[in-house]
Amino acid sequence: MPKDSGIGASTKRREDVRFLTGRGRYTDDINLRGQAYVHFLRSDVAHGTLKGVDTSAAEAMPGVIRIFTGADFEGVGGLPCGWQITDRQGNPMQEPPHPVLAQGKVRHVGDPIAAVVADSFEEARDAAEAIEVDIEELPAVVDMKAALADGAPKVHDDLSSNLCYDWGFVEDNRQAVDDAIKGAHHVTTLELVNQRLAPNAMEPRVAIGDYAGHNDESTLYTTSQNPHVIRLLMGAFVLGIPEHKLRVIAPDVGGGFGSKIFHYAEEAFCTFAAKQLKRPVKWTSTRTEAFMSDAQGRDHVTKVELALDAEGNFLAYRTDTLANMGAYLSTFSTSVPTWLHGTLAAGNYKTPLIYVNVKAVFTNTVPVDAYRGAGRPEATYQLERVIDKAAREMGIDPVELRRRNFITEFPYATPVAVEYDTGDYAATLDKALEIADWDSFDKRAEESAKKGLWRGRGINTYIEACGIAPSALVGQLGARAGLYESATVRVNATGGLVVMTGSHSHGQGHETAFPQVIAEMIGIDANMVEIVHGDTANTPMGMGTYGSRSIAVGGSAMVRATEKIIAKAKKIAAHLMEASDADIELKDGAFTVAGTDKSVAWGDVTLAAYVPHNYPLEDIEPGLEETAFYDPSNFTYPAGAYICEVEVDPETGKVTVDRFAAADDFGNVINPMIVEGQVHGGLAQGLGQALLENCVYDENGQLLSATYMDYAMPRADDLPSYRVDHSCQTPCTHNPLGVKGCGEAGAIGSPPAVVNAVVDALQRGGKDITHIDMPLSPGRVWAAMNV
Amino acid sequence: MTNVSMTVNGKSVSGEVEGRTLLVEFLREGLGLTGTHVGCDTSQCGACVVHVDGKAVKACTMFAAEAEGAEVKTIEGMAIADGSLGTIQQAFQDYHGLQCGFCTPGMVMSAAALLADNPRPSEAEVRSYLEGNLCRCTGYHNIVKAIMAASGQSVEPVAAE
Ligand code: FES
Ligand code: FES
Repeated sequence: MPKDSGIGASTKRREDVRFLTGRGRYTDDINLRGQAYVHFLRSDVAHGTLKGVDTSAAEAMPGVIRIFTGADFEGVGGLPCGWQITDRQGNPMQEPPHPVLAQGKVRHVGDPIAAVVADSFEEARDAAEAIEVDIEELPAVVDMKAALADGAPKVHDDLSSNLCYDWGFVEDNRQAVDDAIKGAHHVTTLELVNQRLAPNAMEPRVAIGDYAGHNDESTLYTTSQNPHVIRLLMGAFVLGIPEHKLRVIAPDVGGGFGSKIFHYAEEAFCTFAAKQLKRPVKWTSTRTEAFMSDAQGRDHVTKVELALDAEGNFLAYRTDTLANMGAYLSTFSTSVPTWLHGTLAAGNYKTPLIYVNVKAVFTNTVPVDAYRGAGRPEATYQLERVIDKAAREMGIDPVELRRRNFITEFPYATPVAVEYDTGDYAATLDKALEIADWDSFDKRAEESAKKGLWRGRGINTYIEACGIAPSALVGQLGARAGLYESATVRVNATGGLVVMTGSHSHGQGHETAFPQVIAEMIGIDANMVEIVHGDTANTPMGMGTYGSRSIAVGGSAMVRATEKIIAKAKKIAAHLMEASDADIELKDGAFTVAGTDKSVAWGDVTLAAYVPHNYPLEDIEPGLEETAFYDPSNFTYPAGAYICEVEVDPETGKVTVDRFAAADDFGNVINPMIVEGQVHGGLAQGLGQALLENCVYDENGQLLSATYMDYAMPRADDLPSYRVDHSCQTPCTHNPLGVKGCGEAGAIGSPPAVVNAVVDALQRGGKDITHIDMPLSPGRVWAAMNV
Repeated sequence: MTNVSMTVNGKSVSGEVEGRTLLVEFLREGLGLTGTHVGCDTSQCGACVVHVDGKAVKACTMFAAEAEGAEVKTIEGMAIADGSLGTIQQAFQDYHGLQCGFCTPGMVMSAAALLADNPRPSEAEVRSYLEGNLCRCTGYHNIVKAIMAASGQSVEPVAAE
């Protein structure tokens, strides 16, 4: 029986009502009295020396308040990188400055050169056209191999080369892995590109800076997944504003997918300019600007080698990756191809020897950072593609080959430094085979053949590391931040609760799911609980939402704070009933004394806490409000099996995803409806990557895919309905809810399943094709068939 | 600047606009009806869909002045008189057809226009009609389900496939 409330219930989302009636409050919906507008003049060349910026004509244009250039930011800090990587020799990565407005050079198309602040948006934009910029264009580096070649133009003149770091993991295993590959019965090799993607949250970024001179206080309204992180980075590293004088508000945010984690130049600019001009300053990104200024994702070029024995047991696995950083280091860019990628190289398999090498490269392109999955989709894609190729080469069924190598005992310490707490990979695999109707594939293939189409099927079994992250561990790995989460639970006198969480919802449904947990713990109606998030002024210092961490880390903080509330409430109840606290039980919103019929209601206790007339004042303070900071002791490891069936039209190369089945193990599930929605969304992004999406630069660094006319977003009629299941549940052992997180699984697990399916279809059609790089557009598939 | 008058959600409104002011800007900035969103600059995302004289229109493709005298309906006008959600809105909530909510107003307005034209569309017809509405969150599955449900049809085939 599905539950109708509390943990496990598909409670309808309360936040929907405001979104469905046009009453959401997104950042662009906010207009402050007297606000000015900023338009950024951005570089239209990928690489060049800035010889001069003449703003005099523009300054005389109507409505112009002030024009800022790089010179105005000389004394101001640059945008910081939040994660330092140490290279194979033990040296720190090369870390160039990232000015708010370009200084001396422009390094990618879209690099901001000047900012025009005017009374209206139109006046700012018109005046920007009158700025004379003298740029001496330099040869651009776009391709990563070319960027690393001797004598390549340097993106940053002060660095020794375009190599950010050369990272090896686990460096001590390098030789052993080499030896195992040399001596193996069979080695399968594959070179693949995990192409660059644009995250494309539907809400473009917006920033509004405000300044109150009377108390020297700055406020930034911004489209952020983590307002506290922005406050810390911008306050401490860029503008030098202490936290108590800086408030960051991220109201309703229209999707993030990683791209709204990072601290961006426009946020710092608006905050800075508002203080300078004593006027609110607002910036709203256009979609075209978003393509040139939002951090992009993926962009790995990788060679993988998998060594197997004659029975198909995996012996060793080696990957060599070039990872594109773009022109500057975005906030968490450096961690993505390293710690979020290398640590997942074991997948679901007991491969004993693994070595991952990553060279991160500067190019004259938009910076690259975390995008839904961040490192884990790349790790999964490499491994699951090469396994499929190995299966074909060795004549072993791809399902059987995976099954043979599954990790079956937990906890399991991988050779790449993580310990999986729980999992049952055979269970999710079996479930996926069942919901995909695997066994009747041949019948469907015949039907397809009648239509002149080739049907193929592909499987992928994935694992990911979520719930980031244990602070001490990531600190050792170079993170310049802790990754705990916080919650304050405030109980009001009449029994209602407000939870102030450091997590941030930009579509995930925290306002509905978080109260379900508290309702379950106390035994009250979820409508008695309200969630507050997104404002540094009224939430405890928290790290925000990304890496599928909200319920696993933020939810755990809320549980810990609520446990403190319950412990104190029991003391009050014990006093009211003249019993010992140890005998007090809380059930269905009432406190009882074990073995008696004495009872006081939740509301009587909460009232006593605030009207402490009959209250143990000598033992405990009045009031009922507790804060907890929860630092996880490990990552969580959601895993699952995905199966894709495609039809390929041999005449045109067009690929249609006919069915897609996803069986995930997310541990315990708080709201199944929301979880399924998260999987659907992740699948759409993964299928988008597999079939449609691609950020394309020409050899001069011009971004050719800067609008929805050139960047193929998945549309409703590009996608199938999905079959999803999350009934296989091995609860996480180290967080109080036993949850693992579900936000990224779909995007991680689906691309290899699609590509495996297309290769399978082509093979069944008689084409000896072993790989095509994504996106599998009709043109690419047709070309592969016809060379 | 010219003066423009129209009916929006049943109320007569008027305002000063420039020739280049888009209908979506007039609705958002002029009238404070911020439920209509802007998600692109090439008329492809559909976040801005409203009804003009009963037809679904991308409000970023039309100048405010062109709506002179028109009947405009936005997401703010879609609830029923007592303030509760209309059938389509309710179906979006019931079937979890929205996550961040940014595409949602445009989706609801497009769905209403579709169902006015074609009260019992097939799943394929719904998907094809939504060609001009992008959603990055939901993967469309539950949006399609919500629209099928709002048209009074069973959503089982959608759930199974
Ligand atoms: S704003 Fe994108 S279509 Fe109108
Ligand atoms: S719900 Fe976020 S874009 Fe559709």
